[in-house]
Amino acid sequence: MNATPAQAVPVPALRTRDLAVGYRSRRERRAVLERVSVSVAPGELVCLLGPNGIGKSTLMRTLGRMQPPLWGTVELGGRPLESLSASDLARRLGVVLTERVAVESLRVRQIVELGRYPHSGWFGGLDERDRAVVSWALDAVGAAHLADRDFARISDGERQRVMVARALAQEPVLLMLDEPTAFLDVPSRVELMGLLRRLTRENALAVVVSTHDLELALRTADVVWLLLPGGEVVTGAPEDVTGSGAIAAAFEGRQIRFHPEERSFRWLTVERGQAAVRGHGLRGEMARAVLEREGYGVVRGDAPAGVIVRIDDERWTVSAGGTQASGDTFRALAACVRALPKDLQEDTAS
Amino acid sequence: MSGTGHGRREAAVIAGLSVALAAAFVLSLVLGSTHVPVATVFGVLLRSPAANQTGAIVVESIRLPRSLTAILAGASLGIAGLQMQTLFRNPLADPFALGISSGASLGVAIVVLGSGMGVASAFGASTGLGGDALLIAAAIAGALTVLAIVLAVSSRVANPATVLVLGLMFGYTASAVVTVLVGVSAPERLMELARWGFGSFSGVTWQRLSLFAPITLLGLGLAAAMTKQLNALLLGEHYARSMGVAVRRARALTMFGASILGAVVTAFCGPIAFLGIAVPHVCRGLLGTSNHRVLVPAVVLLGAAVALVAQIVSLIPGSAGVLPLNAVTSIIGAPVVVAILLRARRGAFAA
Repeated sequence: MNATPAQAVPVPALRTRDLAVGYRSRRERRAVLERVSVSVAPGELVCLLGPNGIGKSTLMRTLGRMQPPLWGTVELGGRPLESLSASDLARRLGVVLTERVAVESLRVRQIVELGRYPHSGWFGGLDERDRAVVSWALDAVGAAHLADRDFARISDGERQRVMVARALAQEPVLLMLDEPTAFLDVPSRVELMGLLRRLTRENALAVVVSTHDLELALRTADVVWLLLPGGEVVTGAPEDVTGSGAIAAAFEGRQIRFHPEERSFRWLTVERGQAAVRGHGLRGEMARAVLEREGYGVVRGDAPAGVIVRIDDERWTVSAGGTQASGDTFRALAACVRALPKDLQEDTAS
Repeated sequence: MSGTGHGRREAAVIAGLSVALAAAFVLSLVLGSTHVPVATVFGVLLRSPAANQTGAIVVESIRLPRSLTAILAGASLGIAGLQMQTLFRNPLADPFALGISSGASLGVAIVVLGSGMGVASAFGASTGLGGDALLIAAAIAGALTVLAIVLAVSSRVANPATVLVLGLMFGYTASAVVTVLVGVSAPERLMELARWGFGSFSGVTWQRLSLFAPITLLGLGLAAAMTKQLNALLLGEHYARSMGVAVRRARALTMFGASILGAVVTAFCGPIAFLGIAVPHVCRGLLGTSNHRVLVPAVVLLGAAVALVAQIVSLIPGSAGVLPLNAVTSIIGAPVVVAILLRARRGAFAA
C-alpha cells in the first residue's frame, strides 16, 4: 500500500478515514474498533479476518450504512456515505449476508431481477437493458442454467451464488459479503471465493469479504484486513501479514500455533515426545500428520527422536524402544504409535 | 418478471379467477329469498327498463349494494392479509395481526354495552344516521386507536416479529376489556353485540357504499402501488434495505394500509375471519409464485369471489333463514385450505 503509483490512482471504491465503529447508548459511545483508515481499489479482493467477537460484523455493518459510525468518515466511490440516498447507495454497494433466505415460489431469475430495484421505475417494470444486466449477472456467477429453477430448491452453494448475482444486478462498484461461506460445504466455499476473485479481475469490481476461512482467504485475497485483539487493524497482502507474525498475533492461543508456510494451525501441545519420519513424498506427509494427531512433535531431517517411522510405497515400519513393528494402513500406524509408552528417548536401534 | 411457461399459467389463473368472479357476481344477484329472473338482473346491470319491476327494485336497492360490498370487502381482506404475511414473513399473519379487529370490537362493545342508548334499534329501521352508523363510527374509532398505539410503539422497534407480538398483546388487552364489559352487561344488550360479531354484507346501503368504496379502493391502490417494495421484502428487511428499499417507510405504509382495509371492512361488515389468511395462500398455490405483481390481482379476484360465494351460502338459497357470515367463511374455507396445503406438501413459508 506504500508503493508509489506509476500513474494517477483511480478513485477508491471504498475509503475510510479515522473511522471508529461500535455502539452508542444514551450515555456513552463504546468503540469496538478505532482509527480504521483503509481503502479498496477497483479490481481488488479484500478479505476481512479476525477472531470471533472482534468487530468484523460491526465494521461491515458500518461500511454498509446499516449502523452509523461513532467517528470518522466512510467514502463510497468518492462520496461520503451519509450523503447518498437509499437508491444511490444501492447503485454503488451490493451486499450478500450470512443469513439463509427462506423464500418460497420465486424462480432464480426473479431473485436476480430484484437486484434491479434501485434502477427500475415505480412499479419495478424491467426494460431491455435491465433484462440484459440480469442475464449478464446470472452468467457471471455461472447460474444461467438455474434461471428457471425454484430458488428454494437449489443447493446452499448455488443459492449464495444467486444472491451474488442479485447484488451484481445492482451494478455496484463495491460488493460486500458478510461471511457468505458460513453455511457452505468445502467445494462450494472454494468455488465462491474463486468466483469473487474472477469478478474483481473481469469487471474491475471491488470486493470485501469477511470470513472465518483463514486458509482460503490467505490463498485468494489481494489484500487482507486483519483485526487484532485490542482493536488494531493490520492491512497488507496475505504474505505481508503472515510473514510479519500478525496472523499469529491475531489467532494464536495456548493450544495452537500458526504455521505460515502451510497457512494453517497446528496443535501446540506435544504430549508424547519426539518422532521422526524417514520417507518422502505424499506418504511421508501422511505419516507426519498421523504422528502429530497422536501428540508427537515431528522433527525434521535426521534429527534424533524417540520414535522413528520409516515409510516406503507400501508399508510403514516403526522403531521405538529397541523394538520394531510394521504394517500397511495409516490407521494401523496410528494404533501402533498410540500403544507406545510416552517420552521414549532416542532409539538406539536406528 | 419473466418465464414463458410460468407466464402462461399465471395468465390462465387470472382469466379463470375473473370468470369465477363474474359468475359469482351474477349468481349473487339472482339468488335470494325473492325470485328474480336472470333477465331482470341483466336488465338492471345494463340499465335498461326492466319487465319485472319488483325484482328490479330488489336487485337494485338490496342485492347490488350487498354484492358490491362483498366484492370490496373480500378483495380488501385478501390484500390486507397478503401485505401482512409478506411484511412479517409469517404464514399466520392476517389483516388483524396488529390487534385492530379487537380494537373495533372494543369500540362496538363500549357503544352497545357501555352506553345507555337505545342501540337496539340499530338493526331496525335505521336510515343512515341511526344506531348502526354509530356502530360503524365506534368500530373505526376503536380500530384506529389500537392501530395508532401499535404504529407509535412499533416505530421504535427494529424487529418485525416484535411488532407482531405487540399487536397480539394489544389485541388481547382489547379483548379482555370486551370480556369485562360483557361480564357486567345486561343479557339483552349482549345479543346486540353477538349479532355484530356474526358479520354481514347486508348493512351497507348505497349511501354507506359511497364512503366504504373510496376508502377500500384507496387501500387496494396503495397495495398495488407497492408491489415492488413487497417483492423486495420477500428477501427480508436486511436485503430489502441493501437494495434501496426505504424499509421503515415501506413497513409503516404497509401496516397502515393493511390495517385501514381491515378496520374499514370490520366496521362496515363486522369481523370476518379467515378470508384474509386463506385467500393469499390459495393464490400462491394456484399461481406457484410469490411475485406480488401477479399475486395482487389474483388475490383481489379470488377474495371478491370467495366473499360473494360466502354471501350466497349464508342466505341459504331456497329458504328464508340467514347463517352468520363469519361462520360461513370459515366453514367452507378451512377445509379448502387444508386440502390445498396438504396437496402442496410444502407451505408457502416453509423453511
